[in-house]
Amino acid sequence: MTIDSWLQAAIADAEKRGLPALKPVLEALAKSTRALRAADFNDDASR
Amino acid sequence: MSTIIDTLTITEFGQKLRAREVTAEQVTESCLRRIDADNASLNAFILVMADEARQQAREADRELAAGRDRGPLHGVPISLKDLFDVRGTATTAASRVREGHKADRDAPVVSHLRQAGAVFVGKTNLHEFAFGTTNEDSAYGPSRNPYDPQRSPGGSSGGSAVSVAAGMALATVGTDTGGSIRIPAAACGIVGLKPSFGEISTDGVVPLSRTFDHVGPLAQTVTDAWLVYRALLGGAIGRPPAPAPISSLRIGVPRGYFCDVLDDDVRTRFEEGLEALRRAGARVDDIEIRHARDVGPMYLHISVPDAAAYHAATLETMPERYTPNVRLRLEMGRYMLGEDYARALALRELLRREVDAALAGRDALAMPTLPIPAPLIGAVTIKVGATEEPVRNLMLRLTSAFNATGHPAIAVPNGTIASGLPCSTQLIGLHGQTDSLVRVALAVEEVQRETTRPRP
Repeated sequence: MTIDSWLQAAIADAEKRGLPALKPVLEALAKSTRALRAADFNDDASR
Repeated sequence: MSTIIDTLTITEFGQKLRAREVTAEQVTESCLRRIDADNASLNAFILVMADEARQQAREADRELAAGRDRGPLHGVPISLKDLFDVRGTATTAASRVREGHKADRDAPVVSHLRQAGAVFVGKTNLHEFAFGTTNEDSAYGPSRNPYDPQRSPGGSSGGSAVSVAAGMALATVGTDTGGSIRIPAAACGIVGLKPSFGEISTDGVVPLSRTFDHVGPLAQTVTDAWLVYRALLGGAIGRPPAPAPISSLRIGVPRGYFCDVLDDDVRTRFEEGLEALRRAGARVDDIEIRHARDVGPMYLHISVPDAAAYHAATLETMPERYTPNVRLRLEMGRYMLGEDYARALALRELLRREVDAALAGRDALAMPTLPIPAPLIGAVTIKVGATEEPVRNLMLRLTSAFNATGHPAIAVPNGTIASGLPCSTQLIGLHGQTDSLVRVALAVEEVQRETTRPRP
């Protein structure tokens, strides 16, 4: 799942659950997840 | 106005107790008087156990008179973070979620302290469920810093640190999942020791992240912290170690991430502390821990889902009982993906190896404990140089890596800055060698004590 599609789904779910205040928290999490996935330690199955 | 008072250290109290110059009852009464005088303004305690403490203190005096000496903690007034089960009391975790709880037995560490003769003066305030660094989100209201009550005492063991800094207890026991012992110790000008991961039992302690949770002491001096640490392990405490010879110390300073974002006054005090160590003969060199810069995302992607799993049922059944900020952060953890948790675990292993490598041929690593002085209560972000960061991120910045790697870490007071707020040096030791780290900390404490200004 891409971070963008995950974030979209997560925000929609939070709103459905009556938690709109979660939106900025989830956006901050998405930023952190981008950094984690972009870090140079990640595995590359082709190598 | 400052409410800091000079109190006896555990070591000084022990000498006076055995010389019959003071009794356990007298020092306990002194702590209870401080609680009476200042707890309304500092909000350090959720539960004051005055009657039980008086009873325990009298018993300690009776035992000593009858020739039974339980060792260095005999008759010592100690406070406990309200995450620890103490039989017959509620373990509130500073949350309304725990309403109606009553512990039917002591946590093993509480049992060990009882065996060692400690007197429990009460249970201290914390950031709800230990899930925060400022102590602001508590069902019992925020604790306040004795150096400046408009400021946070740090967290999550904030009330614990306040209790020692304000003379309400001679030592305290806290928990540390991302820095929750070291951060409040630094903010309140005392010592905080996080032993190696797994050394001290976390049974009977409300968890935050079982992957990162540690139990440890906060005290006025490194020796006092060691005495409580040894008691927490169970068994005989023994004699405190001697300071490591300063002239043979080899200390690495991880630059880059650990020194990039520092308040100017904090940076100056830290560098002055290093210079004092060099002058005293220690070998201090700069090093790099390459993946330290990835600590923030790694810590978040493990600790928060761990916490969310523990709270999943109550988030469904009683969400309104959480403080709003804690509830939102816990909910965030329920949205994280397994793939990213696995990435974070892999990074944790890499970081552990890099810290081991940085310690090879050295006795300890040194860095500030907190990059900023104690923040004002209510502050959301703080500007440090050109960077504006959330308070939580800044406060966790220099400590959380070592919860992930499991290395022992200790916060040692390093004087105060111009505003009168405390500064602290953090030392990291070899995994499984907490005693060796304490010997280094004793040496550093001695040097920093000689070169820093006295308390207000």
